[in-house]
Amino acid sequence: MKKVLSNPEFWRGAASIAVFLILWEIGARSKQWMAPEFFAPFKELLGAMGFKKDYLPWVGAVPAPSAVLQSWIGVLGDAGYWQSWYMSFFRVMGGFVTAMIIGIPFGLMLAVSRVSHGIAFPVFEVLRPIPPLAWVPASIIFWPTQESAIIFITFLGAFYTIVINVLGGARSIDVRYFQAAQSMGSSRWDMFRRIVLPGTLPSIVVGSAVGMGITWEVVVAAEMISGGGSQIGGTSGGGLGFFIWNSYIGGSYEQIVVGMISIGIAGYASSEMLRWLGRYATPWLKPR
Amino acid sequence: MNEAAVRPAIVPGEISLQGVSKSYGVVQFRKEVVRECSFTIERGKLTVMVGPSGCGKSTLIRLLAGFEAPTAGTAMLDGRPITGPDRDRLVLFQETALFPWMTTWDNILYGPRARGELTREALEFGEFLLAKVGLQDFRDKYPLQLSGGMQRRAELARAMINNPKVMILDEPFRGLDAMTKELMWEYYSRLYEENRRTNFFVTTDIDEAVFLADRMLVMSNIPTQVRAVIDVDLPRPRRLSDLVESDRANDIKKQALSILHAEAMRSFSRGSKAAADFVEAYLKRASRG
Repeated sequence: MKKVLSNPEFWRGAASIAVFLILWEIGARSKQWMAPEFFAPFKELLGAMGFKKDYLPWVGAVPAPSAVLQSWIGVLGDAGYWQSWYMSFFRVMGGFVTAMIIGIPFGLMLAVSRVSHGIAFPVFEVLRPIPPLAWVPASIIFWPTQESAIIFITFLGAFYTIVINVLGGARSIDVRYFQAAQSMGSSRWDMFRRIVLPGTLPSIVVGSAVGMGITWEVVVAAEMISGGGSQIGGTSGGGLGFFIWNSYIGGSYEQIVVGMISIGIAGYASSEMLRWLGRYATPWLKPR
Repeated sequence: MNEAAVRPAIVPGEISLQGVSKSYGVVQFRKEVVRECSFTIERGKLTVMVGPSGCGKSTLIRLLAGFEAPTAGTAMLDGRPITGPDRDRLVLFQETALFPWMTTWDNILYGPRARGELTREALEFGEFLLAKVGLQDFRDKYPLQLSGGMQRRAELARAMINNPKVMILDEPFRGLDAMTKELMWEYYSRLYEENRRTNFFVTTDIDEAVFLADRMLVMSNIPTQVRAVIDVDLPRPRRLSDLVESDRANDIKKQALSILHAEAMRSFSRGSKAAADFVEAYLKRASRG
């Protein structure tokens, strides 16, 4: 703790968050970005450039952080709010872990076997550009429950990224490692186990971190579109995406921001967890 | 500890190339890299191949190691044709090819472990080599945590534990700073003087070649051919300071340089009128002086 408090990096971060919150509070309270007379020249400039003079976004329309905090404290005791957390986490983890379980072996297979690459890669490359959200209607029809549809969509979000990273990682392993290993008498299986796997690990870590980010983006949108799997948790149990949407429908603007920040925290926590796991799995990349 | 006590006895090998050629590409775009190359890497000697950069030395190494097959001719180890990679011909690559995800110790033990030969003798020999290359304190460090010189030494140990009949070194000290490089020359030549394996050392550095070699192969430009074989009859053990003062060493260096210089000039001027004129003028001036 002492180490954290004496670290200038920590204080810089804290100061940046504090300044952000203060500016936001001032902006929201004054219902203006800054003093109108200060702002006027910018408006004139915009007008001269042919934009509408009131074109700039108006931060006064967003609830102040103090109001958001108040609303947040209000929902902390609400089981529905925590249910949303749980639902979103469940879906993200479900989709993400499935993507890892299928994606890593699939990517490795594409990398080591020319035949399987020839067979599977074209299909993969055609499906890859389809955004996961374009799959929403089809997967609602295709999967028996809405829950499985959402997990499938989050799975897609992480799957392509993981496969591409594993494939690229395994392919970019220095050919001299294989030549050296082969000269020293390694069998194919031995080389796979002791060179391909560890050599791909850093790319797996990177791929899963990126995939995790996409998963959170996708799950929120999927929850908003599909109504959040309402059979399971009732109207308020549909995940953080549905929590935001529901707050919007209900006109509770503070709660929208509560939902947004919650997603931010959830996403940060999951990436931090992955980073920690990644550091643990690749000790050789530690600086001396 | 005495090396003989821990090192399994081996007979050093002898490699001979007969009319070896190697080309890449399809018919119209064929590029010949090695042309009818014949030479011998003599048993128990340190043969250094020196040639201009990009002259196909690395290609020759891939042929000797068995990573690639020659287009024509044969490369043989002790009379048997080389058909693929094997532990009896191990390569030390340019820069480092230590496995970054393994500690020094695990890197050294890679070969025995891969072949399922991790016996007590192998472990003892590993300990001996670890001490020999002076990395006991860095046993559990990863390659990225070692300096350039330490990495080369670890790689030497990783190769030597397999008792290859021939050690092939492809510009192993390239990229090291001048001081470390000279230290590695002395270190490496002492290592060779102790065990007298067959060593094949490839370099572009003429000083390195003269200091290390028993025999020196001076190569032509691409397509590679042997221009000259020079016996470097300098006494061993060699020290860098002795060599600087030795007239014989300087003679050898001059002899090799004149060949290399002509080769480098030829490649420099290829395809360019201006450069060809420059070379001509240079040669004229050189002959006058």
